[in-house]
Amino acid sequence: MSTLDAKIPEGPIDKKWTNHKNKINLVNPANKRLIDVIVVGTGLAGGSAAATLAELGYNVKAFAYQDSPRRAHSIAAQGGINAAKNYQGDGDSTYRLFYDTVKGGDYRSREANVYRLAEVSANIIDQCVAQGVPFARDYGGLLDNRSFGGVLVSRTFYAKGQTGQQLLLGAYSAMNRQIARGKIKMYNRHEMLDVVVVDGKARGIIARNLVTGEIERHSAHAVVIASGGYGNVYFLSTNAMGSNASAAWKIHKKGAYFANPCYTQIHPTCIPRSGDYQSKLTLMSESLRNDGRIWVPKNMDDVLAIREGRKKPTDLSEEERDYYLERRYPAFGNLVPRDVASRAAKERCDAGYGVNETGEAVYLDFKSAIERYGKEQAQIHGISNPSKEQILEMGEKVVENKYGNLFQMYEKIVDENPYKTPMKIYPATHYTMGGIWVDYNLMTTIPGCYAIGEANFSDHGANRLGASALMQGLADGYFVLPYTIGDYLSHDIRTGAIPTNTPEFDEAEKAVKDRINFFINNNGTKTVDHFHKRLGKVMWDKVGMARNAQGLNEAMAEIKAIREEFWKDVKVPGKADELNPELEKAGRVADFLELGELFARDALQREESCGGHFREESVELDGEQKGEAKRNDTDFAFVAAWEYKGEPADAVLHKENLEFKDIELKQRSYK
Amino acid sequence: MNLTLQIWRQNGPNDAGRMVEYKVSDISEHMSFLEMMDVLNEELVAKGDDPVAFDHDCREGICGMCSMFINGEAHGPDRGVTTCQLHMRMFNDGDTIYIEPFRAKAFPVIKDLIVDRSSFDRIQHAGGYVSVNTSGNTQDANSLPVPKADADKAFDAATCIGCGACVATCKNSSAMLFVGAKVSQYALLPQGKVEAVERVKNMVHQMDLEGFGNCTNTGACEIECPKGISLSNIARMNREFFVSALAGE
Repeated sequence: MSTLDAKIPEGPIDKKWTNHKNKINLVNPANKRLIDVIVVGTGLAGGSAAATLAELGYNVKAFAYQDSPRRAHSIAAQGGINAAKNYQGDGDSTYRLFYDTVKGGDYRSREANVYRLAEVSANIIDQCVAQGVPFARDYGGLLDNRSFGGVLVSRTFYAKGQTGQQLLLGAYSAMNRQIARGKIKMYNRHEMLDVVVVDGKARGIIARNLVTGEIERHSAHAVVIASGGYGNVYFLSTNAMGSNASAAWKIHKKGAYFANPCYTQIHPTCIPRSGDYQSKLTLMSESLRNDGRIWVPKNMDDVLAIREGRKKPTDLSEEERDYYLERRYPAFGNLVPRDVASRAAKERCDAGYGVNETGEAVYLDFKSAIERYGKEQAQIHGISNPSKEQILEMGEKVVENKYGNLFQMYEKIVDENPYKTPMKIYPATHYTMGGIWVDYNLMTTIPGCYAIGEANFSDHGANRLGASALMQGLADGYFVLPYTIGDYLSHDIRTGAIPTNTPEFDEAEKAVKDRINFFINNNGTKTVDHFHKRLGKVMWDKVGMARNAQGLNEAMAEIKAIREEFWKDVKVPGKADELNPELEKAGRVADFLELGELFARDALQREESCGGHFREESVELDGEQKGEAKRNDTDFAFVAAWEYKGEPADAVLHKENLEFKDIELKQRSYK
Repeated sequence: MNLTLQIWRQNGPNDAGRMVEYKVSDISEHMSFLEMMDVLNEELVAKGDDPVAFDHDCREGICGMCSMFINGEAHGPDRGVTTCQLHMRMFNDGDTIYIEPFRAKAFPVIKDLIVDRSSFDRIQHAGGYVSVNTSGNTQDANSLPVPKADADKAFDAATCIGCGACVATCKNSSAMLFVGAKVSQYALLPQGKVEAVERVKNMVHQMDLEGFGNCTNTGACEIECPKGISLSNIARMNREFFVSALAGE
């Protein structure tokens, strides 16, 4: 075990980034033309990085497995993006955003990175507005804000329920401008299958053209991984079907440490699963908790009556409802952070109060908000004695304006009208805070290989606050990486183009081809999805919202067994040199089967509860916080960064100790 | 329910292609259309047959990847949804369902139900952006108020997911709803006005080069658009185009 150097600059926290930018090496514009950078992934982080690096003058090669960069899964982010603009005059500041993010992450993130994130957050909004991103505005023409969980201010900028879409299309438009200029060469329908390391430095990738099956060599002076998170290790998640961990896992196997894999966000408000055929889960934005109230019936009789269809939720009076978040957390109420809200839903459902057939659903109810808005509208329109129907009609209109597309999405999936009856929701895997370990410059432990956005680990600690993923992706891509990568590339101005006819490329390409041929020729009996579903079930049952030592040990053994069976018995139809979605999935699931075991191992090692990682053995036993997660700062205030050594069980743990100089470490309370 | 599927199978761009019949059984009404396709594909793989290739990714109606022409309609019989959001409750036991790719000259078939929509990207390369660099010192976001009505209309236009349903639906394979939406988004915002004249000219030019047809105002695209992009965006693009012609030297 060794300690890791995060290369955090000296000086007071609010000066670190500025000082660092002033000191690092720059590459002059003429020399940038001599340097190539590969960016893998074109979501908010990868798209914004590719566009900005190209604007600066580097030659960028960008890779996406989708048919267009515009389709990366950042597009599905709904609710909003945080920024410390303090447009609402409600006491927001860079420090407060920094503080909320560190606290929300349960004191397991790196202070210096989080401060920098808060510092550049305001620039992101300015940049996006300048690009023509149509954020929501008020009647005065200025930008509007809403609130998200875990904070007491309104700092979230939004574009209805499609904020991620609008921000991604903004980054995509910036990319398009550079593609048109020839500064970005776009490789759509391509998947990175390995990184090539030459003399200890990342110098290229091996990619598969997903249409022709051709294996290609691409070289560059630096490689940026922006491939998102690994939530699909659970099979069911809110991620896209193609979202995968393979790019991140490949660099891990070539020397990049993987940090805190057990920090995974289970999002409280998703549409519950309806059957075994389910292929993915759909999120209902956290922004709905601004106006929605979460409850289950107080009495078991009502629970049973609802499940059997004898009663409807709207039949229950206020007294018969248990607004359990408001009851347990009066200060934050329905806007507690995601990990807290998810565990509270699980607690009620485990106690038997779940409201659907499977007992795994709670209500998210908009009735109070609709009435409140309706009365407000009546007042505005000077209607003195509004009827109940008028109030509901006007209130529903307001709610529709705010969340219309989400309500429509819910109705299409569930076939119930959420304006008239409360939504049913249940937690689902959504985001992974863990990821590739990076230093302050966002460089991994492979020199010249960077990880940005959800693919890295640094900013969200053990739990991410709502509307912070978009902020981090764009901060990394627009405002951080383009500076820090120059420091590294300044040593490469005389290197010249990196050749691809070298033994390192030969070897990497051969390994990729061997693996593909293995799958095609394996002739097993079970499909890729068969194994993926089994992995997902182990992950959800034993490495999900609540974990214990026995379950984690079992999970490690079971995942290993599934992995061994997978390699013996997986069946991949078709050929290597054609469009072959089953082959693509096989490669991704093979990597998930390794990552899953490391994930369980990390969770086993961390004998504390923090953020999204809840160990049943580590709970507050008495006092006001009884039953809440218990963190252990004495023994676990570190980042767990794992070094690959073959089998996941043999991975070596390296620690980066977390120091909190600007924020006092204390129990996270939302009471 | 039990269903008969007639699915377009085409091995590659140069294969002639044909409809092939499949049967699926025990389909739940709560399944999404693509989950029904997953069931079929799992069965095909288990039998050693080639599964049906189709594009899909987010499965929540926002990425624009899925693109099936179902019973003669882009994204199937429901309104305001993509194929991934279409649910089997829209069908009845015993139905025969016809599934084809989005067909257009500018969308060549890659395999089975997968088509090449890179022509859409190239239209965006021609001008679908505001020329602003990432400097970190652009003016404050609130220094330029935008009337709420304009911001809302720009947003509505910007919600286009680029799926191509409009093209597949149009008897002329016109992309004017798609291009009109992007032109409108920028034309309505002060940030986009600076380059408005050049943008509309360049994007329309590229649209023509790609082989998309013209608009004859049938309005079918608006009806089949999963995001309800309004036909008025085409009218706005035409106005912008006339203005750009008048502004020409």
